[in-house]
Amino acid sequence: MTLLISIFSAVICTAIWYKNAPKSRMMVGVLCWLYWGASIMWLADAIFEYAELGAEYFNPAPSDILNDLYLGLSVVALGLIIWLVILLVKDPKGVIKEALFKKKNL
Amino acid sequence: MACFIVPAAEAVITTIVAKSMKSGEKSNKNSNIKFDGNNLEAAEKIPFSKKLGWLNKLLWGGSVLLAFEHVWHGEVVPYFPFLTAANDPADMAEMLHEMSTVGVTMAVLVTGIWLGMVAVSHMIEKRASKTTTAKN
Repeated sequence: MTLLISIFSAVICTAIWYKNAPKSRMMVGVLCWLYWGASIMWLADAIFEYAELGAEYFNPAPSDILNDLYLGLSVVALGLIIWLVILLVKDPKGVIKEALFKKKNL
Repeated sequence: MACFIVPAAEAVITTIVAKSMKSGEKSNKNSNIKFDGNNLEAAEKIPFSKKLGWLNKLLWGGSVLLAFEHVWHGEVVPYFPFLTAANDPADMAEMLHEMSTVGVTMAVLVTGIWLGMVAVSHMIEKRASKTTTAKN
């Protein structure tokens, strides 16, 4: 479930990035790297789990599904927070600078 | 248990390599590319350090989110020794086994996918410059 959620997030973010690239300054690319990186790593984890459990891997207990869903959503939320922090710190549109400094007409 | 440490360690190394490469890199020669398929525009190939940056971002991004998963499962704690498996020799052996199997596979898979991306980007660059020179 966590793997599925991260893959869906990665695909959606990549589609949004491609739609708005190259002019967008929202840095959606950061989210793409985060979610793709996690998806690939969880895929490796899933391969090992499948090798160990076999077909049982695809029939998790309802409580496991719920926990993984909760974890997946939390991971997506963490990714969004990391992206937001990077966006605000790098401030590609200069919005924060404009809020902090008053422009002076010379 | 601590499989994310392997890709995180790789991320540290590739970040250092990318930084040192970036400082010593010369700018690539300019060429004309048709980005929209019609108009020729001046363009420059991106340097290898930038491509290495893709690997860094994949490794760091994945490691951070996986570290969170380990916190979620209680395998990583915010106090010394940070890894719960480090308290017991049997758990420690299991952790090292997981790092050497799952962790290494994670790092290899990410690096393999990045190599594929670099190969595809190289093909795109080659095709774009070939089309431009053929039509000139």
